[in-house]
Amino acid sequence: MLEMKHITKRFPGVLALSDISLTLERGRVHAVVGENGAGKSTLMKVLSGVYKADDGEILIDSKPVQPTNTRESQKLGINIIFQEFSLVPYLNAYENIFLGREIRSPLGLLDRRSMRHKAREALDSLNVHFPLDRAVADLTVAEQQSVEIIKATIFKCDYLVLDEPTATLTPREVEKLFEVINRLKSRDVGCFFISHHLDEIYQIADTVSVLRDGAHVFTGPIGSCNQDELIAKMVGRSVTQAFPPKRRRPVTDAAPLLDVRKLKFHGSDRLSFQIRKGEILGVAGLVGAGRTESFLALIGKDPTEEKEVYLNGKPIALRSPHEALASGIGYLPEDRKKSGLFLPFSIRSNIVISSLGRVKDRFGFVSARKERETSGRYIDRMRIRTTSDLKTVSELSGGNQQKAIIARSLATDCQLLIFDEPTRGIDVGAKAEIYVMLQELAEQGLGIVVISSDLPEVIGVCDRVLVMRYGSIRAELTGPDINSEKIMLYASGGENG
Amino acid sequence: MVEAATHHVDKNIKNIDFVDIGKSIVARPEFFSFIALVILVVATSFSNENFLTVDNLMNITRQVSITAIIAVGMTFVILTGGIDLSVGAIVALSSTVMAGMITNMGFPFWLASSLAVVAGMLVGLTSGVFIARFALPPIIVTLAMMEIPRGMGLLYTNGYPLPIDRVFGYLGREYVLGIPIPTLMMLAVFAVAYVILNRLPIGRYVYAVGGNEDAAILSGIRTGRIKLMVYAISGVTAGIAGVIQTSRLLSGQPNSAIGMELDAIAAVVLGGTSIAGGRGHIFGTLIGALLLGVLNNSLNMIGLSPYSQRIVKGVILLIAVLFGFLRKPNRK
Ligand SMILES: Nc1ncnc2c1ncn2[C@@H]1O[C@H](COP(=O)(O)OP(=O)(O)OP(=O)(O)O)[C@@H](O)[C@H]1O
Ligand SMILES: [Mg+2]
Repeated sequence: MLEMKHITKRFPGVLALSDISLTLERGRVHAVVGENGAGKSTLMKVLSGVYKADDGEILIDSKPVQPTNTRESQKLGINIIFQEFSLVPYLNAYENIFLGREIRSPLGLLDRRSMRHKAREALDSLNVHFPLDRAVADLTVAEQQSVEIIKATIFKCDYLVLDEPTATLTPREVEKLFEVINRLKSRDVGCFFISHHLDEIYQIADTVSVLRDGAHVFTGPIGSCNQDELIAKMVGRSVTQAFPPKRRRPVTDAAPLLDVRKLKFHGSDRLSFQIRKGEILGVAGLVGAGRTESFLALIGKDPTEEKEVYLNGKPIALRSPHEALASGIGYLPEDRKKSGLFLPFSIRSNIVISSLGRVKDRFGFVSARKERETSGRYIDRMRIRTTSDLKTVSELSGGNQQKAIIARSLATDCQLLIFDEPTRGIDVGAKAEIYVMLQELAEQGLGIVVISSDLPEVIGVCDRVLVMRYGSIRAELTGPDINSEKIMLYASGGENG
Repeated sequence: MVEAATHHVDKNIKNIDFVDIGKSIVARPEFFSFIALVILVVATSFSNENFLTVDNLMNITRQVSITAIIAVGMTFVILTGGIDLSVGAIVALSSTVMAGMITNMGFPFWLASSLAVVAGMLVGLTSGVFIARFALPPIIVTLAMMEIPRGMGLLYTNGYPLPIDRVFGYLGREYVLGIPIPTLMMLAVFAVAYVILNRLPIGRYVYAVGGNEDAAILSGIRTGRIKLMVYAISGVTAGIAGVIQTSRLLSGQPNSAIGMELDAIAAVVLGGTSIAGGRGHIFGTLIGALLLGVLNNSLNMIGLSPYSQRIVKGVILLIAVLFGFLRKPNRK
């Protein structure tokens, strides 16, 4: 049994954890939920030795332990999988799995055959399948995650921490992950499981704990409270999870805002679609359907083979994201660490970086005052949880970092905003607020595109949905046709797919 | 429990600058260099009364001015995550161009020196094109550019120094208000760099390219142009350094400034700028350059042999980098 007792952790100006005591039994899944910035990741980092607690202790089978880095916690049998993977992209799966713990032949050389063999066994035992020889950069996110899990569990592993493992997975991959977790359970591994998708918690967890503002407010068996009660515990009041009502707007035959007549990039069909003023267009599909690729090609980040696009009826070249932004088309990237955040920068600079042209004084200098006002406004609007916007953005919790890059898109004053997985890592309450905001933006006449793997989200907020598969648009759904059956049907290739 | 109200920004916090924000001065990586500088000055002034004299201090600033000016351009380049090894060669080229224009062609000083700076800029732009347009690694491109300008300078002068008349020594040797002109030029270059990096959007983009290039592109920043610009700036500052050197030495020197790029990089790194890009401050570079200059001067005064001096310099550089690394944010 793993026990954390009276854990307290401070960051400058923030009491991130105050007197938290949780236990994890082997062979059990213990879910930890809470709003963005509640302290979930911090707690897990204390457990795995990334941070040192200011107070409190950790006990394994009643013996106190004090890991000071992840290597030490691994030796104690505690493994953590961070949301940002720590794999070496150019090494293949088994090289990653055994990195730093290579199996050697008696002569001291690498014993590739045994490593391969062991990795293969581990794959089989978890019932996952993918090529072991391929560089992990070429694997899907779900496969990379499997590599992480095997890396964590192939040596001594009694306790496994999964921090938002499902945030980047599609529903089918989530099911697969749960299968893997169940296999680990039957091997007597105990899991801490963090997620903002509460339905997942009810599927997989045995116990659930709620953190709020760094305090421990609840622990109980999963059956002891329903979703709404759980949310009420998380936010300290009751909130509706429901989506804002869609306005019944007439189908406009008006000229589209963006008319994509032809768009073809390597590996895609010739795509054509339109985005109208005042509508929220959803783009659904499975991983590998080419959704992100299409829009990166559209805004000129990636090369295209054919492109014919009209903005407000006028042809537009869109040769680079700069040109796109200059003509009022903004894009929010799906992978915030890799292509969204400037980690060394302050929160403020991260918010205003795309709109510096609008915070200049009349001499062309960046006006500190305007910059502060802009960032302050969006921090309030997005409810980014921080004591100062001059803090480094890496000091924010994951969900709040996501809010910061959404704020950046909003600050640009675009007429068309493309959001790629906008609510990844964002808590239930904040999600609902973002949906309301999207509606408001659409009502103001903006065109909004939401690329999302979160089906309820697509169904809940979009006025029209494109379903993509293998680089082509398989269906365009409107009104009552926007439902999970139809979307999944087209996304997985049904109906003359 | 967030101790101040959540999602509420403290409007009273001063705008320090936008990267190392909120950190006290002690947490800055260049703090070590600053302390080392202070200790060095104090220690040397106790051991040698000639050290802490106005003359000597002025002398030091003039000596460091060339390295410091080059280091300004280098700071821009390193902030984008690049490196420029060609600056020493640019100094040599600029120097021979200037001397050639004056002595062989009879151009006036202002024209000759401007052309020398332009020559430096062209070399920088050339590196920039290969780096920005063809995405070649900066270290390779500028390694090649270490050879070409120096070769051109040597070819032009046949490998010999090219003397200029004494009257052209004004810029490198004279004083205004008791301050050496090279020192004043150095301060001017730093001031301009400060304004660009901290007050103009384009400066923010320089940091952004080094901070996360992918994010920079998607934030609508023309990263190619920024890269082109920083190498051009580096060429310009090296060109200016060449002009000062020519005026000071009263000759164009195709063999000068060998290894100068390493001093410039050392100044930038001692000044706390991250070699990975995205983090750093131009004033740190000034501290770094001064530290190197004072170190040279005081080690000479103490009477340490040039050989031992190199060892001491290397050790200081290592300690400074280690110190900066240990104080990196997000480390416990
Ligand atoms: N390295 C850090 N330096 C300073 N403050 C930090 C640091 N890491 C986290 N914090 C602060 O600690 C608090 C808890 O953050 P934590 O990342 O644990 O939240 P979380 O529950 O994981 O949220 P999310 O759901 O958004 O991932 C937040 O207020 C955050 O700003
Ligand atoms: Mg987190």
